[in-house]
Amino acid sequence: MATAQGASLDRKKLLADPIMVTTIVVLVVFLTLFIIYPLVILLVDSIVGPSGITLDIFKSIMAKGSFRKAIANTLVIGAATGVLSTLIGLLFAYVEEYVALRTKFVSNLFKVVSVLPVVSPPFVLSLSMILLFGRSGIISKTLLGIQDSNIYGMRSIIIIQTMTFFPVCYMMLKGLLKNIDPSLEEAARDMGASRWKVFTSVTLPLLLPGLGNAFLVTVMESIADFANPMMIGGNVDTLATSIYLQITGNYDKQGAAAMAVILLSITFIMFFVQKYILEAKATATLTGKASRQRMLIADRSVRVPLVILCSAVAIFVIAMYLCVPYGSVIKTWGRDYTLTWKWYEKVFVNYRGGQAFTDSFIMAFIASPLTALLSMIISYLVVKKRFALKGFIEFASMLAMAVPGTVLGVGFIRGYANGLFRTGALQFIYGTTAILIIVFIVRSLPTGTRSGISALRQIDKSIEESAYDMGANSFEVFMTVTLPLIKDSFLSGLVTAFVRSITAISAVILVVTPATLLITVQINEYANRGEFAVACAFSTILILITYAAVLAMNIFIRYFGTSKAQEED
Amino acid sequence: MAKEKKGVRIEHVSKIYQDPKTGQDFYAVHDANIDIAPGEFVCLLGPSGCGKTTILRMIAGFESPDEGEIYLGGEAINELTPNKRDTAMVFQSYALLPHYNIFDNVAYGLKLRKMDEAAIKRKVTDILDLVGLEGMENRMTNQLSGGQQQRVALARALVIEPGVLLFDEPLSNLDAKLRVDMRNEIRRIQQEAGITAIYVTHDQSEAMAISDQIIIMKKGVVAQIGTPHEVYYQPSDEFVADFIGESNFLKGTVSSIEGGKGIAVIEGHDVPVSSTGHLAAGDACTLVLRPESAKLADKGVLPCTVSLSRFMGNYQNYQVMVGGSLVKITDFNPKNHKIYEVGDEAYVDFSPEDVHVL
Repeated sequence: MATAQGASLDRKKLLADPIMVTTIVVLVVFLTLFIIYPLVILLVDSIVGPSGITLDIFKSIMAKGSFRKAIANTLVIGAATGVLSTLIGLLFAYVEEYVALRTKFVSNLFKVVSVLPVVSPPFVLSLSMILLFGRSGIISKTLLGIQDSNIYGMRSIIIIQTMTFFPVCYMMLKGLLKNIDPSLEEAARDMGASRWKVFTSVTLPLLLPGLGNAFLVTVMESIADFANPMMIGGNVDTLATSIYLQITGNYDKQGAAAMAVILLSITFIMFFVQKYILEAKATATLTGKASRQRMLIADRSVRVPLVILCSAVAIFVIAMYLCVPYGSVIKTWGRDYTLTWKWYEKVFVNYRGGQAFTDSFIMAFIASPLTALLSMIISYLVVKKRFALKGFIEFASMLAMAVPGTVLGVGFIRGYANGLFRTGALQFIYGTTAILIIVFIVRSLPTGTRSGISALRQIDKSIEESAYDMGANSFEVFMTVTLPLIKDSFLSGLVTAFVRSITAISAVILVVTPATLLITVQINEYANRGEFAVACAFSTILILITYAAVLAMNIFIRYFGTSKAQEED
Repeated sequence: MAKEKKGVRIEHVSKIYQDPKTGQDFYAVHDANIDIAPGEFVCLLGPSGCGKTTILRMIAGFESPDEGEIYLGGEAINELTPNKRDTAMVFQSYALLPHYNIFDNVAYGLKLRKMDEAAIKRKVTDILDLVGLEGMENRMTNQLSGGQQQRVALARALVIEPGVLLFDEPLSNLDAKLRVDMRNEIRRIQQEAGITAIYVTHDQSEAMAISDQIIIMKKGVVAQIGTPHEVYYQPSDEFVADFIGESNFLKGTVSSIEGGKGIAVIEGHDVPVSSTGHLAAGDACTLVLRPESAKLADKGVLPCTVSLSRFMGNYQNYQVMVGGSLVKITDFNPKNHKIYEVGDEAYVDFSPEDVHVL
């Protein structure tokens, strides 16, 4: 049948809108240059030798026992972290959704636990692990009297990553549990199943794809994690740290590119399984909203142990986070616990802390509105428009989610240090703050886009159509209708991008030059040097900045948010 | 009020969609030919999925026709984007901008046209008067009832003085009583504004009540175009007859034709009819008989047995068997009529003018 005329008319209508066409072109160029190209160049780099296409580079890095060990470490850590995080996440979600909590205290604990990893830099837990259990740790030395406690290693990485990532699983599984229709479980109870039997024969099977989904998301996060293995891994290397060391220690950029390709292949496979198989299933089995409120379990024999277990974990995690600010205000950790401001003085007087905070802050401050705007534009195009390159735009911006920061960092080095395809084109951006800002944008784009897409799907299509119909062009519709309606999502995207940017380390640590000081890079450096109190002081200020940003957003949304504006007379 | 009321001409327009389940292409609209005169109120009527909304959206420009051309006031508009077309649509969900108050919602299109503030204020005030919302300028949209929101949507569409006004099932979210009030309002305002209107609905009584012309659609194809009277009394086929009101279909053959009149044989009985259309003697035919056009009597055209008799208040509802065919009869104001009970033998009576021959 002749669908050609309709398609060509659609195209003509699109081209009649110059702002729209420009936007699409700019987006495509941006995504190609800064997401697709860095990944392509890694692949090219790792298979093209002096005499054409070769697998020698892969062979030589695979020949190294240390690298094979790093792959094994990465997978073991990933699997262990994945299993533990999913289980603890499930426990928390189950308790929240199924158990009658008598006090607000427990649910508040849960809330704090789920927010903490979002607002804190990635390595805070590693830092406090060292403070608690390290050579001069409060628990290891002061309480238990162990003199030469060795905290570094795989076990610590797994514990730290689990504590960092289980809140994500908790939030994901909570959403799914909420959507299970309670009457399914009541029906099973009614037919004589015990509570345990109901859990294993109804709840768990319904949740299985969701659990798989949470597991894979965590494994991907764990595999991509750079900061924690770096800080607390000791002599245990993972793929991410190996790549970093290959560049900063061995100056072998081609080897690093090949390693990056291996790391990327692993995360890509997981990403596609997660996104296209599990994510669809996870929501498909749990369609629709629960028809009515669930009867919460009030049985003491179930409630008390579960609540105690969760609270213990939550309090432990919170205590870990509190260690860092505490560590920044005492004289000598492990020996002299008198309060002092000297570390903060040191940060600003001796360690150029002022410059680090200014640099990080300004870059994150520039990157975040750009990221938020870009992700809203992408979501707008993806949800509301039909055009040829839409698939590419959606794919590329989601793809960035599966790219570990370290891989992106190597890609930027290989892709821009000598210009595009080593021609010198665009070389001028290398080593500038501009490229760091671009890295920040690329790193935060997928989360922003995802939340933008879900916000836009909530908006009735005909609201925007009515504006078109009244005579507005795409740009006017976006500015006067779409953006005001997703203001909250835009704002939270803005703050998320800010927090992610200012706490980012994995990609930027490779791209940053000595001219720019980044807080996260500084923290990493002082922690590696053993100056934990200084690292704590840096981290504390960073946590305060991010917390202030989140707080400001919440206040703004409360007073100027979309829902508020609609209530006004 | 409209600057210039415009006609709409749809020539051989088709729209092809892909079935999301099977991946098969199908015609959502197939070879539609419609001519709407300036100032006319036309309804696109049909069951859901018949393509009526697709036609409306093609006129507005949200969908592009895969075949054919659409003309607005004589100008081919296929290539124009929705914002360049001289149309204004009233949406099913009202589609008011939730972050604007009533005034700003109505003024939206005027501001886009860079009209000066005083003129905007005057026009918006006038149009809010016309739709009966004077003094509501500063309310937010969620402070209005459904009917009031619909009036705002109508005002917003009218105020830009479009060549043609499009309605996409505008009343389907309102309750039954309000629906009747609003459709009369819409008709009144359309007449006052003197504007061309195209109105999509699946509610036949709504279509009957407000249209100059009704376009009945079935599975993407235009089944009949005519005045409410024409589509009711001279339906083009069984689908139209069944969709508009209730109908009895009596199957038989034409036995003789004489001077435009004829005799049809139904269940072995001769039935005189006043017109036979294009049929010739010996052809199979279907007689369309409206339940309220027939009555039950002791003498009449077709002998029958009563199989259902039910008092409904304002009418008596009968079902009778004429041979093997079921016939529904509606007897209005039955208080002074003879009531037949189940099992009674009687006759179905009607005059030749009351049946339409297909």
